[in-house]
Amino acid sequence: MINKVYATPDAALDGLLRDGMTVMVGGFGLCGIPEKLILALRDSATREITAISNNAGVDDWGLGLLLQTRQIRKMVSTYVGENDEFARQFLSGELEIEFVPQGTFAERIRAGGAGIPAFFTRTAVGTPLAEGKEHHDFDGHTYVMERWLKADVALVKAWKADTVGNLVFRKTARNFNPMMAMAGTVTVAEVEEIVPVGSIDPDSVHTAGIFVDRIVKTDSEKRIEQRTITPRS
Amino acid sequence: MPLTRDQITKRAARELQDGFYVNLGIGMPTLVANHVPTGMQVWLQSENGLLGMGRFPYDDEVDADLINAGKQTVTAVPGASYFDGATSFAMIRGGHVDMAILGAMEISEAGDIANWMVPGKMVKGVGGAMDLVAGVKRVVVTMEHTTKKGGPKIIPMCTLPLTGKDCIDMIITDLCVMHRRERDGVKRFEVTEIAPDVTRDQIEQATSAQFWWSPDLKIVDV
Repeated sequence: MINKVYATPDAALDGLLRDGMTVMVGGFGLCGIPEKLILALRDSATREITAISNNAGVDDWGLGLLLQTRQIRKMVSTYVGENDEFARQFLSGELEIEFVPQGTFAERIRAGGAGIPAFFTRTAVGTPLAEGKEHHDFDGHTYVMERWLKADVALVKAWKADTVGNLVFRKTARNFNPMMAMAGTVTVAEVEEIVPVGSIDPDSVHTAGIFVDRIVKTDSEKRIEQRTITPRS
Repeated sequence: MPLTRDQITKRAARELQDGFYVNLGIGMPTLVANHVPTGMQVWLQSENGLLGMGRFPYDDEVDADLINAGKQTVTAVPGASYFDGATSFAMIRGGHVDMAILGAMEISEAGDIANWMVPGKMVKGVGGAMDLVAGVKRVVVTMEHTTKKGGPKIIPMCTLPLTGKDCIDMIITDLCVMHRRERDGVKRFEVTEIAPDVTRDQIEQATSAQFWWSPDLKIVDV
């Protein structure tokens, strides 16, 4: 049986990385990011990366770490507001950015994983983000064509995996991870727990093992970006 | 007196109906959640993958895996569900969300909205705003009627890059309530309610877009 379980984040990325590659990274803000795989990617010194990720982390965590080391050439993202180093590199022209509306971002990744090279959406019609793209009318409405997104490697974060790669996510840490798992030529999942095969009810599997090539268990820090509480009265 | 932010969002909450699925934008729109009438069930959708968003957690309930689209820690109400980003935007783009309440920098006579970038300033991205205005059944804007410098925000044509075209159904500002209407093939906003002690002249001064006055003009009751 093929072994999908790797001992360390470094081992889980071994042989997958090259300069100029495209990497998808799951997460929404710092929630549900494959934090230790990002550290391993930084330590690999892989350069000229195109990173497809909803956000760019913060200055000292998540993808922000790879911006500090100038390993990212281009970001495909929906919102990058929490990162000063990002702003600096973008304004100086060192970093290229493709902004994508969030729903279009999710669907382009899903399409990449599902073998659908393009689709039409009403989102962004009439805005700068639809300029230069093919438009088509359907049933009296104008839609813009959007292309799939795929990656050489997808780095995702799940809560639990079994040894054959079935994944279960937790709460809003799911976000873009399931689509990215489908859209990577090779998908590496960082998880909090690896359980024996057969111990996840098949009805409860969120991402089927067919989409997951490598698994590594880590201790997640799970940093919180905006800790907001209700005071106890 | 112009309405306070609390009063604007209280007025916006009156647009909610029992059983509605609603997405509230970041900033002033989030205050709408404080004004949901007792006994009414409104499901708050957070586009990062939560339907049934609840209050902020108590200190000992904080969970890094449970945040809203503003990246704040939140809770989930009984009956809530979690899902991935593609499913979340299927709800939004697929017309399943009843109402979105958003902020805006500019709104045009034609119902266009600009709320994501100012040329020359650092662009942070658009998040889910373009999907929300394009896909949600009814889009309501809550905002100050004018810019900080006092210039109009409801204008003939947007000067800022658009978020969406012809998609705003209702505007609630500190000065008035406007509904999008169509008469004889012409679409415009119509002022249906005016803030207490605000004059028609004040609203005309603060609005450069053409608009209609409702023949049945009321005072905003908040």
